[in-house]
Order: sequence, then C-alpha cells, then structure tokens
Amino acid sequence: MSKPVIATATLAGCFGCHMSILDIDEKILDLIELVEFNKSPIDDIKNFTKKCDIGLIEGGCCNSENVHVLKDFRKNCNTLISLGECAIMGGLPACRNPIPIKECLEEAYLNGPSVKGHNESGIIPNDDEIPMMLDKVYPCHEIVKIDYFLPGCPPSAELIWNALTALITGNEMELPYEVIKFD
Amino acid sequence: MENNTVHSAIRKYNQDKTRLMDILIEIQDNENHISDDAVRIISEKLGLSIVDVEQTISFYHFLSKESLGKYTIYLNNSVISNMKGRQIVAETFENEAGCKFGEVTEDGIIGLFDTACIGMSDQEPAALINGSVFIHLTSFRVKKIVRDMRAGKDVKKMHTSYLGDGQNKSEYLNSVVRNNIMRMGPVLSDDYNPGTIIMKNLAQLTPEQVIEEIKTSNIRGRGGAGFPTGLKWEFCRKAKGDKKYVLCNADEGEPGTFKDRVILTERPKLLFEGMVIAGYSIGATEGILYLRYEYKYLKHYLENILEEAREKNLLGKDIGGIKGFNFDIRIQLGAGAYICGEESALIESAEGKRGEPRDRPPFPVEKGYNDCPTVVNNVETLCSVVKIMLNGGEWYSSLGTRESTGTKILSISGDCRYPGIYEVEWGLSINEMLDMVGATDIQAVQVGGPSGSLIGPEEFDRILCYSDLATGGSLMIFNNKRYLLKDVVLNFTEFFIEESCGSCVPCRSMTPLLKQKLEKILNGNGVANDLEDLPKWGELMKINRCGLGHTAANPILTSLKNFRHLYEEKLERGKEYETGFNLEQAVSESCEATKRVPDF
Ligand SMILES: Cc1cc2nc3c(=O)[nH]c(=O)nc-3n(C[C@H](O)[C@H](O)[C@H](O)COP(=O)(O)O)c2cc1C
Ligand code: SF4
Ligand code: SF4
Ligand code: FES
Repeated sequence: MSKPVIATATLAGCFGCHMSILDIDEKILDLIELVEFNKSPIDDIKNFTKKCDIGLIEGGCCNSENVHVLKDFRKNCNTLISLGECAIMGGLPACRNPIPIKECLEEAYLNGPSVKGHNESGIIPNDDEIPMMLDKVYPCHEIVKIDYFLPGCPPSAELIWNALTALITGNEMELPYEVIKFD
Repeated sequence: MENNTVHSAIRKYNQDKTRLMDILIEIQDNENHISDDAVRIISEKLGLSIVDVEQTISFYHFLSKESLGKYTIYLNNSVISNMKGRQIVAETFENEAGCKFGEVTEDGIIGLFDTACIGMSDQEPAALINGSVFIHLTSFRVKKIVRDMRAGKDVKKMHTSYLGDGQNKSEYLNSVVRNNIMRMGPVLSDDYNPGTIIMKNLAQLTPEQVIEEIKTSNIRGRGGAGFPTGLKWEFCRKAKGDKKYVLCNADEGEPGTFKDRVILTERPKLLFEGMVIAGYSIGATEGILYLRYEYKYLKHYLENILEEAREKNLLGKDIGGIKGFNFDIRIQLGAGAYICGEESALIESAEGKRGEPRDRPPFPVEKGYNDCPTVVNNVETLCSVVKIMLNGGEWYSSLGTRESTGTKILSISGDCRYPGIYEVEWGLSINEMLDMVGATDIQAVQVGGPSGSLIGPEEFDRILCYSDLATGGSLMIFNNKRYLLKDVVLNFTEFFIEESCGSCVPCRSMTPLLKQKLEKILNGNGVANDLEDLPKWGELMKINRCGLGHTAANPILTSLKNFRHLYEEKLERGKEYETGFNLEQAVSESCEATKRVPDF
C-alpha cells in the first residue's frame, strides 16, 4: 500500500500551528517514514500534484485567497482537519469581527496614529494582486465541510501526532487529559 | 444642572450602594443619559469602582451612557407587534423623525430604539415614549406624535383625547392602556373588599396555620416554574435569619404575558394584601415589589395605594392590630432586562447590581435579598393567596384539576378576535381556549411564551396544567397565513440572544449558532444534516445556569419537533453538506471601501 499523503496550509494564522507540527521533534523522522507530504509550506510544494488523504488547515479565512485555498484543499483532500483555534473559531484575527471592515481599513490606512497625515492621497491599497478582504474572519467550517477539529493554540505536538497516527492506522485516537488541557 | 440631578439622586437614596439602580434610573430619566461625570460622582459617593457603575449601566436596556434624545421612543419589536403592523409604524417613525432605529436625530430631540415585549400584546403595536405607553400605533398617529415632539409637547399631554378603561383613566394613571379583562374568575373577581383578611382573620391565625391553609390549597407558583407556594413559605419560615423578605416578582418579561400589568392596575390592593400575608407567614418585615421599567407608569399610582394602606393600618406597625407585626413595602424599579424575572437575578438587581442569576443552592428561601431568607412570588400567586385565605384551601383545591388546582390568568394575543386576559380553571384544552377567544383557521399556538413550546392542531386537545402544557400564562395564536419559522421562531431566538446575561458559554454562544443555522435553512442553504445537528446542539443548553439558557433553544427545538415539514421543505436536496458561504457577499463591503471592482 502506498503511503498516505498529507497536505497542509496556513490561512489567517500565525504559523504557530505549523511550528507545533514540527515540534514532534525526532518523531518527524517517523512521520516522514509513515507519510508523504504534498502541498505544504513544510516542503514548499505550491500546488497539489495528486489527491491527498489528509489536509491540515491552520487559520481561518480573512480574505478571498484564503477561501480559494481552503476550497482547493477540500477538493483535493479526503479528510480535512481544522488545526488550532484560528481554524476552528477564527482565533485572534477574529477580534476584528465586531468592527465593520470599512472602519478597520480606514483605521489601518487613513486614521490610525501611525498613518494619519502620512497618506496624502487617502488611498487604501486596492491593487488587483491583493486578495480581497472578507467582511469578517470566518472559521473554516463556515466555508467548507471540516471532518475533524484539533483544538489548542497551538494544538500540542502530541495531539497532532496522536490524531495523525490514529487516522493513518485506523485506530481510535488517544486523548489523555494532558494533551487537551490548555493552561 | 446635570450634576444637581446626580447629587440629589444620590442624596435621595442615602448614598446607599444597594440603591444604585434607583439612582441610575433617576439620572437617566432626567438627563436622557448617564454621563462620565455622573459615573465618577456616583462611584466616589457610593464607594464603588467606576467599572462597577459602568457594568451596571451597560447591563440594562434602558440605561445608557450616550444621550438617547429628549424624547426616547422604544418601539416594541416582539412577534405580536410585528404581526399587528409594526413595520409601517417603524418606517413612519424613521421618515418623520429623520433618523434610523438605533439612532438619535441630529438635533438630539428624538431617539428611536427597539425594545422587547413591553406587556401590551393585546394592543400592539405599542411603544414607550419617555416612560409613557402608546398603544395601537398607526402611521397616522405616529405623524402626530412626531409633530407633537417637535413642538415640545409633554408626552403625558399627547394623548389626552382618549384614555384606557378602568383605573387606567384615573388621575394617577392618565393612561391610554386597556385592561381587556375578558373573563373574570375567583381571583380577579371584584366582589372582595381588600384588607378584610388582614383586619378580620389574620389575628386569629398563627403563621403556621396560614402556611397549612396554603399547603391545603395545593397552589403552585404562577410565575412559570410552578413551585408549591406553601412549601416555599414553610422553607423560608424555618430558615434561620434575623431579617426576612417578601419579594413580589412583577418583572413580567416573558413575551406575550401582560396579566400582571392588569392585576397591578385593577387589583393592586389584593396584591399588597397577599404580600402582607406572606410576610406574616414567614416572619418578614419588609416587602419589595420589583416592577419592570416598562410598567413605570404605574409606580406613582401604586405608591399612592401603599400610602393609603399605611393610613388604614394595612401596612406599617402592628398591622391589623396584631401586636408586633410590622411590615412595609417598597417598590423597586427594574431597568429593562428579561433575565431579572429569574428570581435570583431579580434579587441581585433589587440589590442594585447587574441582574446575573446566582448559583443555586443556596436558594433564596435560605439566602436571598441581602443574603437573608427571602420568598419570591409572582403577582398572581400572591393575589390567589388572599382568596385562598378567604374561602379556604379546600375550596381552592376543588377548582382546576387534581394536581393543578385553582385558576390561571391567561394572557392571550395574536390572531384571535378577542385578545386580552382570561381567568380560567386549569384543565382547559387548547381547542376550548381557541373557541373562547374567537380564533379560527389556526396554524399554531405558542404556549408559555418563547420559553415554552410551539404546538400545532394535532395537539390542540392537550390541556393547560402542570403535567401537560404548563404555562405562566402567555398564549400566542398564529393563523395559517403566518410564516412560522421566520416571523415567530427566528424572532424568539433573537430575543433570547439579546436577553442572555452572558455568563454561561452555551447560552451566550450556542443560541447564536442555532440562529445562524436556522437562517441558513431559511436562506435555502440547509441540508438534511442540519436538522440532525439542531437537536444535538440543543442538548448542550442543559448545562446552562438558569432557566433562560435552559429554554433558549426551545423555539427551534419545539418547532422542529412539531413542524418538521416547514424545515424540510426548505432543504436543498441531494447535497450532503452546504455552509451557505457567499464569497461575493463577503467581499462586497471591503471592495466598496477600497473602491475596487471585485473579481473572482
Ligand atoms: C428567564 C426567567 C424569567 C422569569 N421571569 C419571570 C417573571 O417575569 N415573573 C415571574 O413571576 N416569574 C418569572 N420567572 C420565574 C421566577 O424565577 C420564579 O420562579 C417566580 O417568580 C417564583 O414565583 P412563583 O412561585 O409565585 O411563581 C422567570 C424565570 C426565568 C428563568
Ligand atoms: S491557533 Fe494559535 S498557534 Fe495556531 S495559528 Fe492561531 S494563533 Fe497561531
Ligand atoms: S443561562 Fe444564560 S441567562 Fe442564565 S445565567 Fe447563564 S448566561 Fe445568564
Ligand atoms: S476562554 Fe476566555 S475566559 Fe475562558
């Protein structure tokens, strides 16, 4: 049987969840034995080259680019996992949700203390190359179907490891208290 | 000017921090807002921190740090108000005033705001303007009201051309509100001379004997939860405490109920007598009537009746000639929060704090107002008690059904010919009720307000009683033209989201999630799976602290159970999963702000 294929992406996240993937230390060598990575910042593969078994998503969606990537993952991964608070609930970026996006942009580019008086043309960046901002930060499951959620900020390396091995081996997942307590 | 109001309010309540609510209400009513300055002065004088004062202000709907206009209009946005034509009334207000709901006109004269049910479901659309009630609003009437406001007319003079019935038209009330008493029973009947029990009977009875009589009657609380009243009193009598309290719950916040308002208008002496009897039984010296802010127009009238009672020795010292039986009553105003109807929240609020429910146990009978043993009873319960003492517990228990004894005062509204209040014996079926009020072509009845259940014709033979359809008395009727999921279920769910105190995670977060799902289904993006999720998610509501959270999912859960076809016909077929996310819509606001043409 060929190795299971894993893809990962970071959307509106801080890369902390990816750091946590790497934090499985020397077990990463075991992981490489067990699985093959496809599209992921870990191996820098930019586009899907084949159908994947598991997709790990860090971060929620704050712009149109995030939405496209997430949908692409849903299309190419059999099992899609929200990894960490940002993916599950929007996390820190979602702090902007109570404020209308127009106000956020104006504060950032026109009125904020660090820009006021320095943006004479009064332009808010709008080049076609820049992704379009969403009205709020969405958790991933509000955009596509998500099969599993791994909580934590970031989820501990052990939790990620346990989840992946359970998925790959088909065994039940181990969830000892230490792995899901957050303080 | 403003500082004078603040200082005099603080003086009036003796710098007592347990009277913070009264102080804030007084300032709000005089100044249309509570300024930073006022907050600072209050915090200094009362020995509270600034945030203590601010968090209390922010908790209550009718208190505000921003100015709400010289005339503050609160238009009811309950289901019934919408059914009776709120939309055109609201639009007319906006057009005539020149501002949107949630805003104040630029000149600061008129503020337009929404509010939950104000207890006028039988005379909607209704609004509160500077504390006065305006009923049966039409766009014609609204235009006149706005003209009057522009002319600086006093709200009390805006409707002198007609007044309501009964005591509503008395000089102390001067109100347009209607009683609409459609059916009287032994509790509402007007053949009793209030004060008789206190003057003639009480002296011959020990407190224990009174409690025994109440227990014999088998009466259960009429506020919704249905706890046996005699037992509650007995617990409180036996609880240790130097001081005990009787609190009457006149918060009447459950949308669709308005019977307590009618009792307070027409039978206040009966109520106060009931409070005195409760005080005698448990050994209390003080009673508090917790009156919802929406009924503030009754306060002056009620205070006058209390004063009369003192003169007649029905309150005060050695009441009814009983040596050493001292008891008096004060009125505590709420400031707009449905949760304050929950008894422990009511106590917190009466102590001048945010109305957040307490953890129980200890129950109020042991540790209630100011941590003293306290009985909290509904208005109707306390009135019934007087009639029990008059005619005997045996008599009372012969009314109604075997385990739901006595009568219930129903507040009936919605699609029927004769909305109003009806006192009936327990055991009435929904079919009989519909006949009684002249309702035909009925699709559904909401029994017990939003926290109760939505039932359809197959269940109209069920009866009103504690073991079948228990209710605090709110019955809302919907005919076949109503769009139940959108007009009723969604509105109720939004009500609970608005009114949650926010302490418990599922109450605070799950209710909005359930609402999102309902909206997704209404928008045509629902899939079969969603209907499985709703009850599963609803289960979590059981871990909330109080009754609000326990029942906040009921509009969705009971309608899903009894009107599943309405949900099913909205589902997208053949799809396993659908989030309903719309990228175009999600980027439109930012593209507009950055002057950019969206491209996908
Ligand atoms: C959210 C909530 C709101 C309530 N609102 C009221 C109310 O407006 N009036 C009332 O009498 N009881 C209300 N209750 C019930 C009270 O907690 C309490 O049970 C009742 O006042 C006790 O009086 P009773 O035994 O005479 O019914 C409410 C309960 C909850 C959970
Ligand atoms: S969940 Fe925490 S660690 Fe992961 S992306 Fe968000 S903020 Fe970073
Ligand atoms: S259930 Fe809701 S209203 Fe009740 S205490 Fe909890 S958060 Fe507050
Ligand atoms: S997660 Fe914020 S207080 Fe618990």
